Amino acid sequence: MPELLEFEEPVGVLLKEIEALSMLPKTPERERSIESLRRRADEIRGEIYATLTPWQRVLVARHPNRPNTLDYVERLFTNFDELHGDRRFADDHAIVTGIAEYKGQAVAIVGHQKGRDTKQKIFRNFGYARPEGYRKALRVLQFAQKFSRPVVVFIDTPAAYPGMESEERGVAEAIAVNLREMMMIEVPIVVIVCGEGGSGGALGIAIGDRVLMQEFSVYSVIPPEGCAAILWRDANRKVEAADALKITATDMLALGLIDGIIPEPSGGAHNDYDAATALVDQALSQALADMAPLTGEERLEARYMKFRRMGEEGTAFTDTAAAPEA
Amino acid sequence: MAWFKKVRKPIESPSDKPSRVPEGLWVKCPSCAEILYNKDLVASLNVCTKCAHHFRVGATERLRMLFDKAWEEYDEGLQSTDPLKFIDTKPYRKRLDASIAATGLNDAVICATGHINGIETSVASMEYGFIGGSMGVVVGEKITRAIERAIDRRLPVVIVSSSGGARMMEGALSLMQMAKISAALARLDRAKLPYISVLTDPTTGGVTASFAMLGDVIIAEPKALIGFAGPRVIEQTIRQKLPEGFQRSEFLLERGMIDLIVDRREMKDAVARVLRFGTPAREARAAAVAAASIAAAAALPVSVAELAPPKP
Repeated sequence: MPELLEFEEPVGVLLKEIEALSMLPKTPERERSIESLRRRADEIRGEIYATLTPWQRVLVARHPNRPNTLDYVERLFTNFDELHGDRRFADDHAIVTGIAEYKGQAVAIVGHQKGRDTKQKIFRNFGYARPEGYRKALRVLQFAQKFSRPVVVFIDTPAAYPGMESEERGVAEAIAVNLREMMMIEVPIVVIVCGEGGSGGALGIAIGDRVLMQEFSVYSVIPPEGCAAILWRDANRKVEAADALKITATDMLALGLIDGIIPEPSGGAHNDYDAATALVDQALSQALADMAPLTGEERLEARYMKFRRMGEEGTAFTDTAAAPEA
Repeated sequence: MAWFKKVRKPIESPSDKPSRVPEGLWVKCPSCAEILYNKDLVASLNVCTKCAHHFRVGATERLRMLFDKAWEEYDEGLQSTDPLKFIDTKPYRKRLDASIAATGLNDAVICATGHINGIETSVASMEYGFIGGSMGVVVGEKITRAIERAIDRRLPVVIVSSSGGARMMEGALSLMQMAKISAALARLDRAKLPYISVLTDPTTGGVTASFAMLGDVIIAEPKALIGFAGPRVIEQTIRQKLPEGFQRSEFLLERGMIDLIVDRREMKDAVARVLRFGTPAREARAAAVAAASIAAAAALPVSVAELAPPKP
């Protein structure tokens, strides 16, 4: 039985019933009731997912079974070769980079990787990237630029690693340099937020011509727990913080901070990998097709203007000095 | 056994008595506990005259220290509209209004152009007193405009950081200002104009992870807290206390993350020296480009003719 989130309880009850029934000897009548229970479960799941609160979306985005970078790489790309190391200090396992083919076209891939079981999670540092990860990503981006290959980026991280060695080796500088240099990488960059977009740790590889969010992914300046701890002085107010921070894909699109939303199958991407992959595939090929006819210069100009417009006069701020004169 | 029962009278706290010394006349240095006469302190640019402890200074004060004389301020009217209608324990709008009233500024940065030892420069100076110097859309927009202004007018850029990072109350809009400013800095960089980042106590979070660490030259004030994650967050992560001096300017210098540590009283001259390094060659080049384009325009018909391939 798949791992269920707390708000999926009604589905869980039905799934347990189905499980119990399928233990019994098969009869046509039982088969029919299993089938109808399954339909009922799908229906309820659909209803639940149609009205998820922001905090519930955070839980879906962090779901241990949610398809991650390597799951998509495996299903969408062929001939993937992972490239390792930043050539300075180490290979960061929280960011995966490599080269592959997408529908016959050579592309570079960069993405966070959180790990699923305990062993993997530790190996991947729970998706908390260190400076090496950002530097490795930039190295691969520049490699792609050298040979005019588009780049596909997957975002799924709680944050950049807030540890001592991260600070010592300049995680802030690594992210900052990526922000500046990714603005100047002439090849198409398509960014897909597939899980958690955790503040600077996400943004550090999330500059692109198209930034898309999967329906139940989130993108935030600070994790809701952290925000609640600081502003409410109580980490348990995370539900309210998640609401206030406007972290859902719909909010991000309305704020003009992303370019589109990739729908997910009913019950979330973790409920149906193939359907989720097909939807990502569709969005990705569209984005790459949109980018292809532009020259490098045109892409850079459009990319600059896209980020330049984030937080616009009239909506996000006003000029109180420029009051209309009589 | 009477002495067992003797209860010692508690030492009276001095705050019980009203002070006869006017408020703000004397200041105690938090580092060496020296009692400093406020006027002396101001005269030494808010640096303790005994132990050189750097007191935090406001954005306007900072501009006064850097510029030769008057400066021209830009975009001072920009004010956040509270785009998320954010409410935590109190509405963000109230916090904004309180900070506006307290600082006399509309947000956490002042952008201006003026001369630093004779070199005209576009300067952004952050105000920690305004919601912890946090970066929201207004800070992002104003700094971006200051950089674009520098590109248009071919001026160098100096940004004095003093910030807790991105402003939570404007959500991901704040986060994206990191990208926006860095994009403008990419253009400044390609335009071969110098950018000096001055880091003061404290510079953390999204400000460090964007423009603060992108200076051609990065100068810090002594003992400033500079980092990505705050010390408390790191201590929670690693579950142990951080060593003394971790994330201070001296630590960053040792780790190769910054170029210089400069006492505030020397800061202006140090900044000017770096600006001069970046300026003359640039001016010469600009002059050469201008001269060449004038010559080209004047000589256009001739040069086109000359460009035609020679006949065999």
